[in-house]
Amino acid sequence: MLQALAVDWSAFFADSAVQTALVIGVCAALINASLGVFTLLRGHAFAGHALGDISSAGGAASFLLGISALWGFLGMAWAAALAMAWLGLREARERDLATGIVLGAGLGLTALLLYLAMTTTSASGSTVTVLFGSLFALPPSLAPVVLLLTFGTLCVIVLGYRPLLLIAADADLARAQGIPVALLELVYLLLLGLAAAISAMTVGAILATALLLGPAGAALQLATRPVWAFLLAALLAVLAVVLGILLSWQSYYWFSGTSWPVSFFIVLLTLLEYLGAGLWTAFWGGSTWTTAAPPPSACAEDC
Amino acid sequence: MPSSSTPAPTEPLLQIENLGVRLGGRQVLEGLDLSLESGVLCGLIGENGAGKTTLLRSILGLQRIASGTIRLAGGSVGKARDLVGYVPQKIAFDPQLPLRTRDLVELGLSGRHFGLPWRRRRYQAATKAALAAVGAEHFADQRLGRLSGGQQQRAVIAHALVREPRLLLLDEPLANLDFRSTTSLVQLLGTLVREHGLTVLVTAHDMNPLLPVLDRLVYLVGGRAATGTVDEVVRPDVLSGLYGYPVTVLRHHGRFLVLPDAPDGPGEMRHAGTELPPPSPREEA
Repeated sequence: MLQALAVDWSAFFADSAVQTALVIGVCAALINASLGVFTLLRGHAFAGHALGDISSAGGAASFLLGISALWGFLGMAWAAALAMAWLGLREARERDLATGIVLGAGLGLTALLLYLAMTTTSASGSTVTVLFGSLFALPPSLAPVVLLLTFGTLCVIVLGYRPLLLIAADADLARAQGIPVALLELVYLLLLGLAAAISAMTVGAILATALLLGPAGAALQLATRPVWAFLLAALLAVLAVVLGILLSWQSYYWFSGTSWPVSFFIVLLTLLEYLGAGLWTAFWGGSTWTTAAPPPSACAEDC
Repeated sequence: MPSSSTPAPTEPLLQIENLGVRLGGRQVLEGLDLSLESGVLCGLIGENGAGKTTLLRSILGLQRIASGTIRLAGGSVGKARDLVGYVPQKIAFDPQLPLRTRDLVELGLSGRHFGLPWRRRRYQAATKAALAAVGAEHFADQRLGRLSGGQQQRAVIAHALVREPRLLLLDEPLANLDFRSTTSLVQLLGTLVREHGLTVLVTAHDMNPLLPVLDRLVYLVGGRAATGTVDEVVRPDVLSGLYGYPVTVLRHHGRFLVLPDAPDGPGEMRHAGTELPPPSPREEA
């Protein structure tokens, strides 16, 4: 019983599967949290979800072709991102319809490719791996690649922070300032595709949404400044991933020698974070300035 | 043409000649002339689809024009972008947007700069002045999504003013405002023109709220315009020519109502007063 609760830290960190999982998981958390904030502000939650789901076709194809899962997921996610940029993300209703139809087609393709992978190759676990992630089974050689991609993504976000923020506030205001909105939207969609591909490998294509939207959604309820929203989202995402890995690893002792999937714990934790932020907002009024009413005298003109 | 980066004082701030714009095969603006000097408040009046937003987007350089020229302070539109502030229509910020009024105003200066997001101090004085100019100090630290419609308008006007433009374009700023907010916004526009020397071009489907501050008027109907002072434009002969059918101008306590003289088609007249048209001939079609 004691063994079930006490974490053997040295064994945890010495495990090479855990090391790879931690590096790639934290990268996925950082990318998804920061892009998730923009995604929510722009009202593109469904498009973000769809990119993750559609990337599963690429993951399935990678099994068939025998290439690295990252390039499979990424290729498909970028194809979908380019399609979205080409279709244009203007009217919310039109966009959701187009996204939904493309999403359905993408998942249908996934079904076919997974069927082919299962019948023609020996990759019997491919369905679970593609749809629900394989964080503990990733090759260590992938870690440097993912680290580099994450670093690049974060650089782009930091350097483009103010224009991206203004586009999120109101695209027309950004256009009026001469900001190349269409180009930045394309960059944003490609980064979103990258985020989807990396989180497809950690929590699975189907569950990629949780990492993209959960921490960002929680942070946006709590944060009072734009920068804080990004930092808080990153913190919450990293927390969910690291804690999820730890719980999954430790669950080996709880369930008589079979550990529960790491995706389950990560997704559960992001849900708890989101709910917790909601409860916090409900009881403590959330952002500090929203509770402070302006003085009535100053309000006389235009309230 | 020789370089004209230093315009003569007599040169108008905005000079539009024979402007034509086509959108998807439809002629949205046709043969439009407009000349505005500094310190003028000009109303751009017309119904939905009359071409008001298209004209503003053309001045901003966001709209490809089919014919004519637009010059800002003697220069081309693209080079003079900093001279123009823009307040788009239907502003409604997401309640979740973690931006305070102050942050939005600062983005008016810093928004197009790529690079590490610091150097804030440089912007703070200008931000403070812009907030004061629109009377937004008391909600400067509130989240944009929680502000009233009138307050959001002021926030965006401050965002546009912070770069100290000479021409301010506002697209339907009075839509969806209550009477009190309308009055105070119109007063604000008047102040910006009289005290800060700005030129303001404001679109509206109803000219009446703007009349107290209006110097000039562009009355747009189907892409064609009549331009001048209120007394020059809001007349039955001028507007009848513009609409292409006779209209009446009613004036009551200094406010105007423009009405068609006779109903559109002869068919409408026949059915006036009867409950329903006879069904038989329409069934066939």
